Amino acid sequence: MSAALATATPSPARRLIGGLVRTRELGIILALAALVGYTAAGNPRFLSGQSIRDILLNTAILAVMAAGQAVVVITRNIDLSVGSVLGLSAFAVATMMSANPGLPMVVAILAGLAIGGVAGLVNGVLVRFGRVPALVVTLGTLYIFRGITYSWAGGQQVNADELPRHFLTFANDSFLGFLPWLVLIALIVVGGVSVLMRNYRVGRELYAMGSSPEAAELAGIRVARNLLGVFILSGALAGLAGVLFAARFGTVDAAAGTGLELNVVAAVVVGGVAVFGGSGTVWGAGLGALLLTVIGSALAVLDINQFWQQAIVGALIILAICADRLVAVRIARALRRKDSHV
Amino acid sequence: MSELAGDTKRDLKRRLAGWDSIIILLTVAVLVVASLSISNFGTGRNFTFLVLDLMPIMLVALPMTFIIVTGEIDLSVASTLGLASSIMGYLWNQGLSIESIIPICIVAGALLGALNGFLVTGLGLPSLAVTIGTLALYRGLAFVVLGDSAVADFPFNYTGWVTGTLGGGVIPNVLILIVPLAVIFGVILHATPFGRSLYAIGANAQAAHFSGIRVARTKFWLYVVSGAVAGLVGVLWTLRYSSARADNGAGLELAVVAAVLLGGVSIFGGKGSLPGVLAGVVLLAALQNALRLQDVSGQALNIVTGALLVLSVLLPNIASSIRSNWQRRKLRRAAAV
Repeated sequence: MSAALATATPSPARRLIGGLVRTRELGIILALAALVGYTAAGNPRFLSGQSIRDILLNTAILAVMAAGQAVVVITRNIDLSVGSVLGLSAFAVATMMSANPGLPMVVAILAGLAIGGVAGLVNGVLVRFGRVPALVVTLGTLYIFRGITYSWAGGQQVNADELPRHFLTFANDSFLGFLPWLVLIALIVVGGVSVLMRNYRVGRELYAMGSSPEAAELAGIRVARNLLGVFILSGALAGLAGVLFAARFGTVDAAAGTGLELNVVAAVVVGGVAVFGGSGTVWGAGLGALLLTVIGSALAVLDINQFWQQAIVGALIILAICADRLVAVRIARALRRKDSHV
Repeated sequence: MSELAGDTKRDLKRRLAGWDSIIILLTVAVLVVASLSISNFGTGRNFTFLVLDLMPIMLVALPMTFIIVTGEIDLSVASTLGLASSIMGYLWNQGLSIESIIPICIVAGALLGALNGFLVTGLGLPSLAVTIGTLALYRGLAFVVLGDSAVADFPFNYTGWVTGTLGGGVIPNVLILIVPLAVIFGVILHATPFGRSLYAIGANAQAAHFSGIRVARTKFWLYVVSGAVAGLVGVLWTLRYSSARADNGAGLELAVVAAVLLGGVSIFGGKGSLPGVLAGVVLLAALQNALRLQDVSGQALNIVTGALLVLSVLLPNIASSIRSNWQRRKLRRAAAV
């Protein structure tokens, strides 16, 4: 936005630095750097290969879901059903793989995406054609999808020894020997959705829908189609996260992912996506997921009571919203000043 | 909303067709059918359990209705309940008397609500985001206060009172708390200028502000009351299960919001009635209770809760679009003649 106001074109290096300073995600990057630096100074083992690997693996599942949620929130909606979709997908895929050990990993991933996509389609249809707010719809489907999983699973769980080996090793194997598959998938998802939102027409349309739904409709944006796509994307990514969850933890019962929706929303909000829609980035949400995970590990490494973790997450969410509000107020004031000269 | 005298008949008709009266009729129907067809449903013992089960949702739903009518939301209530329970356990371990602990817990809840209220009205932050933040914050603090241990040895005359009945009959003691509170909240919402002002705020906060309603101050105090009630429910919850735990009431916020919306309150504010909400709470609790007596697994009930919630917002929309379609056709026919 501000680039259009610049009179002269600055050198690329300067533009890069200027862009970095102005970016909303700078705060998270600084917070991450400070946290990692402080923790590593207290306990150098924090930067060991194994520790970093664990953090990245834990971030991957959250980041995949946060990418979808970020898009939903950018359109001024919310998807509270993602934790239940993860549970449904994890249990379904684990059951499928234990019954058919010969199925390749790709089939498991596709099945997870499909299950989540259908769940997302249900949300999208209800939001758009039922003219019901997403908060209410996804609150309802949070119960419904979880209920379906429970009535299917009953008290049973799928244990690691019932699952095929290749399914479980996938979570620990690495691409080319150094990049864990889970992390690679998270990078592809966050990167892909970021590019889609930033560089493609449909992405810009989604920002427009979040900024002003009425204006977007009047401007000829196909709101219904886009909204369905957004909820299908969020659901499909939650379904994919379910597959990753099952592969990583091996033991899946009907309660898998309960309450996870709040962590996902927290990652998105901490990552700088405004709850009122229209602003924020997907890669910021990915950073938010990383920050939340690093906090968890840092508390453990620093020997701080684990119970502080949730309190800190809550305080961070509130701080992030305050910071967001501050930025919004300053932008509004700057715009008003500019207008008064016209 | 038209208050013209000549419109009262049509108003009454519209009232009867409104979602809140449908939900009240539905609730009565479910209660009647369940007590006739399920052998243990209509017993006094089951009635006591039913009331104890719906108590937390019912009490928290009262201020929640006010907040949602003004167009805001409070998702932190269950965490406030949990923190109050933790504080109760901590202070009891410190040797304080229960008579002083209970007011402390309620005041603590009010202070937590005040923080919500300040963030929402003082800083102008969106309540959904704020209370998702304090949901995590308060629950975290609950664990910081009490850890994952439980405090259990509360005096029997208190725990026994909460689970007991009046004179050993069928009327649960807690109804002495629930009924007056529900009446007070109902009268305030539906029979006072303050209650009307809540609807005005929900319908159009800016217009309400210009017509002299102190929007920010009103909302602030609603959050304080919501926190105080959550603190009280934290105490009752602890006494009912004789167990102060940091995770008490986890997830209750969703059930409360579901009950309020099921009762016909619009999530956008400005619409809804307290009788509808009370019916919504009873309906959810009665269905769960009835299905449990039929040996339907507790978790499968989630499907019923969720489906009811979605239907409760979907059906009025479908009905209104059918009605407007029908009216348009009538107008067209009139124009043709």
